[in-house]
Amino acid sequence: MTAAIVATDVSRTYDLDGVSVSALRGVSLTIEPTDYVAIVGTSGSGKSTLMHLLGGLDRPTGGTLLIGGRDVSGLDPGEMAKLRNETIGFVFQSFHLLARTTARDNVALPLVYRGLGRRERRRRATEMLERVGLAHRVDHRPNQMSGGEQQRVAIARALVTGPSVLLADEPTGNLDSATGQSVLALLESLNSEGVAVVLVTHDREVAARAHRQIVMRDGLIVSEAAV
Amino acid sequence: MRLAEAWRVALDALRANRLRSVLTMLGVVIGVAAVVALVGIGTGTKGQIEQQVEGLGSNLLLVVPGRLEAGSAPAASTMTLDDVEAVARVVGDRDRVAATIASGETVRAGSRSAFGSMQGVLENTPSVFVRRLDRGSYLTRTDVTTGRRVAVLGAGTATTLFGDRDPIGRQITIGGVRFRVIGTFERLGQSLGVDRDSEVHVPVTAAQRLLGTDRIDGLAIRAPDRERIDQLSTSVVDTLTERHPDSDFSAVTQEQILGVLGDILGVLTGVLAAIAGISLLVGGVGVSNIMLVSVRERTKEIGLRKAVGARPRDIGVQFLLEAVLLTTIGGILGMALGVTSAILVDAFSPVPAAITWWSLALAFGVSAVVGIVFGVVPAQRAGRLDPVVALRTE
Ligand SMILES: Nc1ncnc2c1ncn2[C@@H]1O[C@H](COP(=O)(O)OP(=O)(O)OP(=O)(O)O)[C@@H](O)[C@H]1O
Ligand SMILES: [Mg+2]
Repeated sequence: MTAAIVATDVSRTYDLDGVSVSALRGVSLTIEPTDYVAIVGTSGSGKSTLMHLLGGLDRPTGGTLLIGGRDVSGLDPGEMAKLRNETIGFVFQSFHLLARTTARDNVALPLVYRGLGRRERRRRATEMLERVGLAHRVDHRPNQMSGGEQQRVAIARALVTGPSVLLADEPTGNLDSATGQSVLALLESLNSEGVAVVLVTHDREVAARAHRQIVMRDGLIVSEAAV
Repeated sequence: MRLAEAWRVALDALRANRLRSVLTMLGVVIGVAAVVALVGIGTGTKGQIEQQVEGLGSNLLLVVPGRLEAGSAPAASTMTLDDVEAVARVVGDRDRVAATIASGETVRAGSRSAFGSMQGVLENTPSVFVRRLDRGSYLTRTDVTTGRRVAVLGAGTATTLFGDRDPIGRQITIGGVRFRVIGTFERLGQSLGVDRDSEVHVPVTAAQRLLGTDRIDGLAIRAPDRERIDQLSTSVVDTLTERHPDSDFSAVTQEQILGVLGDILGVLTGVLAAIAGISLLVGGVGVSNIMLVSVRERTKEIGLRKAVGARPRDIGVQFLLEAVLLTTIGGILGMALGVTSAILVDAFSPVPAAITWWSLALAFGVSAVVGIVFGVVPAQRAGRLDPVVALRTE
């Protein structure tokens, strides 16, 4: 079984007006196709930076990173976009849904960039909304939905392309605990169906439910333990 | 599929900011409208002038003293009626050779007066130029040989002096000398900026006596056929030069006059269109500006689209389409406004205007190009946005 993502000694340095800031300082991590990983750590420890790298939104300034078996250092921005579209699903703390756009069209968005026709996009998006329990909200716009519903729309959007890895940066951060629980339950059921799930959280209970916990501090992984 | 989505998103973006879109379009609307209307007026004027020159009569050759060259001063005429006879022998038909001596004179009838252009002419003038009589009769050969003081009035002069009364047989004075009205012309309107209804035709001999000269200003020859015009032109000029070795003479055809006028009008139209084009340019800068604002406002959206798989090109095309849509909609509205203005100008002012399909096609094409040119920088900026930075933007 090939690993979904392999990071070897990756670093990410930002250049701020000549001063270099190291957000990641040599991180090695492998995500297997069935993984359920929680990343925890203090604010500013580099969790989001790592997630962006794992998802191919950003490129490491050092080390090697393989996503779906491909070395990202050799890919141009267009190829990176294709890679994200095909292998990664993102879920963000603040949902990032398009306003003025229905739940169905929000979910269908990644399929636009896959080049699918409108009818097929809508069919798959509707199916995915049913999958996350929002069959009754397909024509609602983000401002007509609760936070939990919006996050489930975002999860449906992340899943609609059939990715092998779901990256969720504090997916429950903006939700009350009951709603957060249902979102987590959804992620877990997806994981049991064979989607690797990587989530960043500040919540110990949430982290404890993952199969593997990674603790970060100052741009380094300080401990990695199976739960 | 991606292009369809880009269209949908672009339309949606314009609709979401209706007022802003309309205001941005306004620059393009005004620019395109100005181009269409001004080109229409230029084309219409050119058409009218061509019609008027053609209306003088066909196969016309005008002979004037001096050289017709840019920068050369108008020469005093040395031609006399004897030269007309000589030229008539060259042409072989004296009915085809008209002579003129013109002078601006005050024309009076009783207490009324008008400023008229007195034209001393031969009796054959109506067979060389197209002039139709409204009432009475034209000058006769006898009128010319005896220098009889009779006059044919332009429609404007006749109305000014006599109102609704019949002028035939009445007395007028031209430059203080008494003449009798024997006819009036049909109304002609303006031609090449000259009011042709204020012409007063009198026998050339009478005019010469009144002006105290034996000269004439120029000749007009109606060639028997188009093919012979050039040859005729040379032999007429040669004949005149032979008779007046110290003077220059020039002969111009209608085609030459049309060509020169066409060139002048073409340049004028071009300059007007260019000035109008500047406002189109300003409109384009406005589009650029608003597109940059739009990119900034939708930074998060761009980040999200990139995160789910949009390539830089997809984002770029989306914003380029938005800009092109903005300018082409503006262009269509501008065309409508320009055509309407041209029609109104044509109907309610003395200035003619004609809309040509090519000016519309050009205006539309130019507005699309303006969208591309001024949309490309904002579109590139959007396409190159770093998705991480874009997503972190709040
Ligand atoms: N674009 C950037 N330019 C400069 N420094 C940056 C940039 N993005 C992140 N950093 C720095 O990198 C470090 C890690 O940031 P990161 O967002 O990964 O932290 P985090 O662990 O996700 O924090 P939080 O828990 O607050 O979300 C921080 O010190 C941050 O200031
Ligand atoms: Mg973070």
